[in-house]
Amino acid sequence: MFDFKRFIRNIVLILATLAFIYYAQKSMDSYNLSILMNIGIFAILALSYNLINGVAGQFSLEPNGFVAIGAYFTAILIIPPETKLDMFALVDPAPIVASAHMSFLPAVLIGGFAAMLVAMLLALPVFRVRGDYLAIVTLGFGFIIRIFAINNPEYTNGAMGLNDIPEYANFIWIGTIALITFIVMIHIIYSKYGRSMKAVRDDEDAATAMGINTFKIKTLAFMTSAFFEGVGGGLLASMLTTITPDQFSFLLTFQLLIFIVLGGLGSMSGALFASILLGWGLEKLRILDENITLFGHDFGAHPGLRMVVFSIILLLMMLYARRGVFGDRELTDIIRDYKRKKLESKK
Amino acid sequence: MNTILDVKNVTMKFGGVTAIDNLSFSVEKGEVYGLIGPNGAGKTTIFNIITGVLYPTEGKVLFEGKDITGTKPNRVVSKGVARTFQNIRLFKSMSVLDNILIGFDSYANYSYLEAIFRLPRYFKREKEIRDKAYKLMEVFGIDIFADNRATDLSYGNQRKVEIARAVATNPRLLLLDEPAAGMNPNETAQLSNIIHKLKSEFDLTILLIEHDMKFVNAMCNKLTVLDYGEKIFEGKPADAIVDEKVISAYLGDFKHA
Repeated sequence: MFDFKRFIRNIVLILATLAFIYYAQKSMDSYNLSILMNIGIFAILALSYNLINGVAGQFSLEPNGFVAIGAYFTAILIIPPETKLDMFALVDPAPIVASAHMSFLPAVLIGGFAAMLVAMLLALPVFRVRGDYLAIVTLGFGFIIRIFAINNPEYTNGAMGLNDIPEYANFIWIGTIALITFIVMIHIIYSKYGRSMKAVRDDEDAATAMGINTFKIKTLAFMTSAFFEGVGGGLLASMLTTITPDQFSFLLTFQLLIFIVLGGLGSMSGALFASILLGWGLEKLRILDENITLFGHDFGAHPGLRMVVFSIILLLMMLYARRGVFGDRELTDIIRDYKRKKLESKK
Repeated sequence: MNTILDVKNVTMKFGGVTAIDNLSFSVEKGEVYGLIGPNGAGKTTIFNIITGVLYPTEGKVLFEGKDITGTKPNRVVSKGVARTFQNIRLFKSMSVLDNILIGFDSYANYSYLEAIFRLPRYFKREKEIRDKAYKLMEVFGIDIFADNRATDLSYGNQRKVEIARAVATNPRLLLLDEPAAGMNPNETAQLSNIIHKLKSEFDLTILLIEHDMKFVNAMCNKLTVLDYGEKIFEGKPADAIVDEKVISAYLGDFKHA
């Protein structure tokens, strides 16, 4: 199992990625850097969403709720206490909110663990029954979190949200955590837990008949997803420096759903690829919203054209690559299969 | 104590329909026991009761002397009972090897965190179960398909994958639901060879549902014939084919026709 050549290859790949992250942070201009940071956050969220939705096959609409939990926990923990006293305009902050303060990494991790804990509480009732209840429960959960944030100003400053969040999250933080997320997901997929998750997705009865505790497996997948979504939320809060309850609407989940379907449900390389393609592409397509001049003729500006082109690209995708760019396989599997087929045809 | 499975006065009612009516039989260790009967006689229902998918209205199921009635299906597997399905149910997005590795799930006892951090036990156990899986696939002659998608295989080979997957869970009692269905005579002969090999190599007791009487005759030491949920015959296969009740259950009652 332990393949030394592959181990060396992976180490080289990881070091190269880290070198690129460091280089980008040091020498890229702030516009390109902000695109990269967006891609990094999207990658963290899409990868973790893919675990529950694609790999374990449990249709869930949860990311916005968990991202909100992570974002609020991290923001409250890293804003200095004196800033908080000035900021909370509607009511005074609750004492625990006013006094809590810590450095960035523990705050982000606590955001992740808080989301994970909530995921566990949701999983206990939901995974006892089969069917699409998870989608309904998580959809409702997203709304509850938003309403909770609006109606409890002593914790969240209500609809005004939190601002002046310290901008700790640079591309080194975001890129490194995205890389860690990817590695963790790949490690899960190529282990007995990943196999069990896929088995539950393919045929739950047969999985049970193989001795798999499907409740435990689904809960594990859900909690892992929630953890990384919470972490992604914390990074997002620190990157944007302001958060409001309306930011974490269902649209965020919807966007991530497009990412993982485009990349291929169940494929982590696909989720990563889609994050990079869409994160970069949607930014570059912005020229379509500006004044268009072709062959010296001024066509004027058409705001919204960007989204029309984006939709057409998605439509074409679904027509010609219905199962996403990578299907449900990883890039390495596809390469291996290709090599094997080539070898067979040579014989 | 040589009885491995004891089904005691089991009755199963679905609403007003009695699918199993006060059925008792016991399987001795090392036997190949047949369960036959016309369509709708309740054979698969019995399998579902033994494996914990259904809870019987009345009666008990004892496995190695212990009551396993109503134990959850995944716990029944860990107690040593594995099954296959009537309509093949492989994990369709996974390779043959991965399908079989699923069976070794409980053997690979590394934790979630050990998998994430790739600690030594992960590598050790993964290597062990891969070796075991290849050995098992060789017994079934499906090792050449290890990297193929399970659903790309022929019907007969898919059956073999399913049985191999069940054997991988290291059972002492194996329940086969129509293992020879859809196989040509050649494949059926291969299958009986494999079942004999399994019995001797893995020390298995086998309970099987089958319609192919030639196969049943060749395989089983003993059988029970069911009709409308009732036991109408128990004994040796050779005696079953000449039993009046059995013939009338399959072909209709000539005397009153």
